[in-house]
Amino acid sequence: MSEATTSIAQVPESWSLPYRGKVGMACLIIAESAIFTIFVVAYLFYVGKSLTGPTPREVLATPIFYTICLLSSSLTIHFASRFLERANRVAFLGLWLLTIVLGGLFLFGTGREWHRLIYEHGLTISTNLFGTTYYSLVGLHATHVTVGLIMLGIVFLFGLAGRVGSEQSARVEVLSMYWHFVDAVWVVVFTVVYILGR
Amino acid sequence: MSSDAIAIRVPETAGRPWVEALHDWITTVDHKRLGILYILYAFLFLVIGGIEAIVIRIQLMRPHNDIVSPQVFNRMFTMHGTTMIFFVIMPVMFGFANYLVPLMIGARDMAFPRLNAFSFWLTAFGGMLLYFSFIGGSGLYGAGNAPDVGWWAYAPLTSRAFSPGHSADYWTIAVLVSGFGSIGTATNLIATILSMRCPGMTLGRMPLMAWMTLVMSGLVLISISPLTAAQIMLLVDRYLGGHFFDTQAGGSAALWMHFFWIFGHPEVYILVIPAFAFASEIIPVFSRKPIFGYPVMVAATVCIGFISMSVWAHHMFTIGMDSNANTFFVLTTMAIAVPTGIKIFNWLGTMWGGKIQFKTPMLFCVAFLFQFLIAGLTGIMLGAAPFNWQLSGSYFVVAHFHYVIVGAILFCIFGAVYYWYPKMTGRMLNEGLGKLHFWLFVIGFHLTFDLMHIPGVLGMPRRIYTYEPGRGWDSWNVIISIGAFIQGIATLLFVANLVFSYFKGPKAWNDPWDAWTLEWSVSSPPPAYNFATIPTVASRRPLWDRKHPEDPDSRYE
Amino acid sequence: MSVNMRGMEWDSVARRPAGILLLVLGLLLAAGLCTASTPSDNPVPNIFEPHSTPADSIFHLSRFVLTITGLIFLVVFTLLVYAVVKFRARAGDSAHEPAQVYGSTQIELAWTVIPILIVVVLFLATTRVIHAIQDAPKPANVVEVIAIGHQFWWEFRYPALGIVTANELHIPVSDPANPTPTYLKLLSADTDHSFWVPQLAGKTDLIPNRVNTMWMDPHRTGIFLGQCAQYCGTQHAKMLLRVTVDSREDFEAWADAQKQPAKIDETVSAGRRVFETTACINCHAVAGTAATGRFGPDLTHMMSRRTIASGAAENTPENLGMWIQDPEMIKPGSLMPAMKLSDADLDAVVRYLETLR
Repeated sequence: MSEATTSIAQVPESWSLPYRGKVGMACLIIAESAIFTIFVVAYLFYVGKSLTGPTPREVLATPIFYTICLLSSSLTIHFASRFLERANRVAFLGLWLLTIVLGGLFLFGTGREWHRLIYEHGLTISTNLFGTTYYSLVGLHATHVTVGLIMLGIVFLFGLAGRVGSEQSARVEVLSMYWHFVDAVWVVVFTVVYILGR
Repeated sequence: MSSDAIAIRVPETAGRPWVEALHDWITTVDHKRLGILYILYAFLFLVIGGIEAIVIRIQLMRPHNDIVSPQVFNRMFTMHGTTMIFFVIMPVMFGFANYLVPLMIGARDMAFPRLNAFSFWLTAFGGMLLYFSFIGGSGLYGAGNAPDVGWWAYAPLTSRAFSPGHSADYWTIAVLVSGFGSIGTATNLIATILSMRCPGMTLGRMPLMAWMTLVMSGLVLISISPLTAAQIMLLVDRYLGGHFFDTQAGGSAALWMHFFWIFGHPEVYILVIPAFAFASEIIPVFSRKPIFGYPVMVAATVCIGFISMSVWAHHMFTIGMDSNANTFFVLTTMAIAVPTGIKIFNWLGTMWGGKIQFKTPMLFCVAFLFQFLIAGLTGIMLGAAPFNWQLSGSYFVVAHFHYVIVGAILFCIFGAVYYWYPKMTGRMLNEGLGKLHFWLFVIGFHLTFDLMHIPGVLGMPRRIYTYEPGRGWDSWNVIISIGAFIQGIATLLFVANLVFSYFKGPKAWNDPWDAWTLEWSVSSPPPAYNFATIPTVASRRPLWDRKHPEDPDSRYE
Repeated sequence: MSVNMRGMEWDSVARRPAGILLLVLGLLLAAGLCTASTPSDNPVPNIFEPHSTPADSIFHLSRFVLTITGLIFLVVFTLLVYAVVKFRARAGDSAHEPAQVYGSTQIELAWTVIPILIVVVLFLATTRVIHAIQDAPKPANVVEVIAIGHQFWWEFRYPALGIVTANELHIPVSDPANPTPTYLKLLSADTDHSFWVPQLAGKTDLIPNRVNTMWMDPHRTGIFLGQCAQYCGTQHAKMLLRVTVDSREDFEAWADAQKQPAKIDETVSAGRRVFETTACINCHAVAGTAATGRFGPDLTHMMSRRTIASGAAENTPENLGMWIQDPEMIKPGSLMPAMKLSDADLDAVVRYLETLR
């Protein structure tokens, strides 16, 4: 049987600890950041070292529009989260959907870019070091966007069914942390691939 | 299996069919049960990994021995290393952390119980996948089943060209999957420690085990991920025609080494910091004094965590880095010796002036102190790069790291089992068998690992399935192997003690060791909900305060 | 089952010194083993018996490190033993707990500062030796060798001398007054390897797509043994090294002989025909003939070597025959294929190879 509280201790006036959902998501973000760092290091290490094949300068086209889409989705999800805290479900759902659309546009853009690279320039993951590192890094990011979109989609469906209210705003906030992380990673990947690596 | 016995003990479930009990255990999200599952899983693989070691030692008893073929031998040392690190030490540490941390911080469970279960089963699956390779791994041209590339799986040996078939894939995917499990448990532990401490338990009042678990989990997050990344790259090379480590296409073999050791070095701290945690809980109790210098112990552990991220290339001193790079890594490696060495002094300071009781847990921890001292000193030798150019890749290194992993870490694990078994099962382990296990293991350990330094110094490289006679290595190898057999017998005695005491051991009450942290305030074993009322604490040793109301710790902190 | 606590304590104390004594005895035995060998033949590749400047520098550093770590060990060991003996619980003790000491800032400061100082000293000593070996200025008269690691043999090329050989390295002794060190450029044709001849230098890895360098200047003639020290696959264990340090004259004579193409001996033309019309020449080269394969060792002067299969067997006709017919008997997992020759052909080929001096 468990013992009663110790006879000496007083209950402290305020005892608040961080929300475990946020801590957990922060841990996941740290781990994922480490994975992405390694892929970025590999990309940078191999810049200019391909023995053959197309170089970044020859084939890459900077995806400005789709980057703007993804980065603004961070804004929309931020406001969606705010609205949910204030129990404005309609605004929340609208902005949440907009986030999903913008993320989906980004994925579509990535797909279009890859289609062009593969069919017009013959750059695949096995072509040369650039191909390997490019598709791996951008692909890893795109995978994370996809997983994020799936989760956002699930929340959207729950929202449509009326099950997402201000009581869930802490959890929604945790999910939006993940989405912000995905966007931040894109800032790094974009810089490394389209600016530094050319 | 113990599941039936535990089911029978709880009165309202007496007479339950065993399938139901089994189902309970498989679907459990209770941190205590998952902790026990992790530990039992680890012991199973300890025995399997030990058998692999015995095979290695039998083969090496004589030069030009042919007990096993080179192919089988190479699989043995690969599987032995991979098993011991990923499927013995890591699960056992996660198991103890899982079981103890919520109890020690006054919580009812971990922050994410379902993630906890998921992480365990991921790790368990990883281990089973690795061993399935013996059956399923055969590739074309009889290319071999279990992985044989060494536990570091250096490129380009792991490329399709040099590792046809699927054995390398089993290594990669099994470790990758269990890595996800490790990240999950680390996340869980951090969230639990930061978000679920009972009122009054500030970070400065947590048991050292909680602090060390926090640091270890942080290390897991940032160091397992590089390995995960490298393994994904390896899979891209092997399956999608990528060139990450394809030296024929301009790729770099050294890149794999850097990524692997960026994981590999913090990994050894992930293995040893929980061992420090066990020692930091056990030594004070059996010296009857609080830990000497709690704040410095915390600071030193955090320092070790940070510095450990900067020493990795001391595993690569021989790859031809330039003198400046080598110098940098000597600096960081020597630097990390300081916070590590300090801890030995703190444990010494704890025993100093105490009243030391040599029960089995304490015996193992005292041996740990001597052995960790020696291990640390041979580590300093290895950290001096030019000396390393002779010692690395030889049996000196094998002796060093086994001195740490067996002599320090495994000894602390044994101590922890003897210490917390009563809490987990409600029975005391047999003290006589425990002492016999201890002495036998000490003798076997020293026979093997003290002497193993010598062939290394005489030029014997590691990972060789046989060796030439007349190089001065022969007799040493015989004695080393004998020591291994003795350790094997001692381990079997240990397992026998675990099983025997479960059924016949004397009943343990809440607090058999007269200890001071919260897990000893509840019954042995604890109820499913841990605490009927969440406790409130005012010092680092809440039970000391309760037992000594005239002189509580809270007055001094 | 309770055990007499007092007896236990003494035992736990006595075991520590016993282990140490064993280690010391072992080291003495090892030293004894070394001195038992003849001066020119060094059967035990002992890192503490250096015969070249890099190995020597390492040896001196190691003595310094061992002294410091030995002292640390003695001090801490003594303190631990003292604590374990002096502060053990005794039967007649009062029931009171001992003084509950939480720490001591001065003591903790002291035992932080002193290790830091020790670390600084060790670091400086180590750095000096790193630079002495890696950044040593290259003298004018060096012997350049390119070492290429293969699964599971060593290729050695002397570009300035026009020599290609395998597995057994010949280098000249180096006179400290007029040094003629050997500089090795280390490459790999496949996986990672490591060149380790303990008495001549620390090991350096051979990594594909990377060029490493190392040097050694042996101070005395003789034969020095070593082997590959980085796991490279199935037959890593039998990728042995044999370095013959010759006097200057002997080295010149060896080099002159090695430069010559293979002698043509008509009495073994049958065997030569077998060699040149089967798969042998896909992998092997014999200078001055049609055989120019580079996947396997150069055989032009293979009879000048004591061993075959990178040290796995003595270079005798029987072993040669076995190696050609069934390499798995000597080195299972090596990349030499079983040639499946008829007995007559095998005999002829071996006789031919025996002429390649």
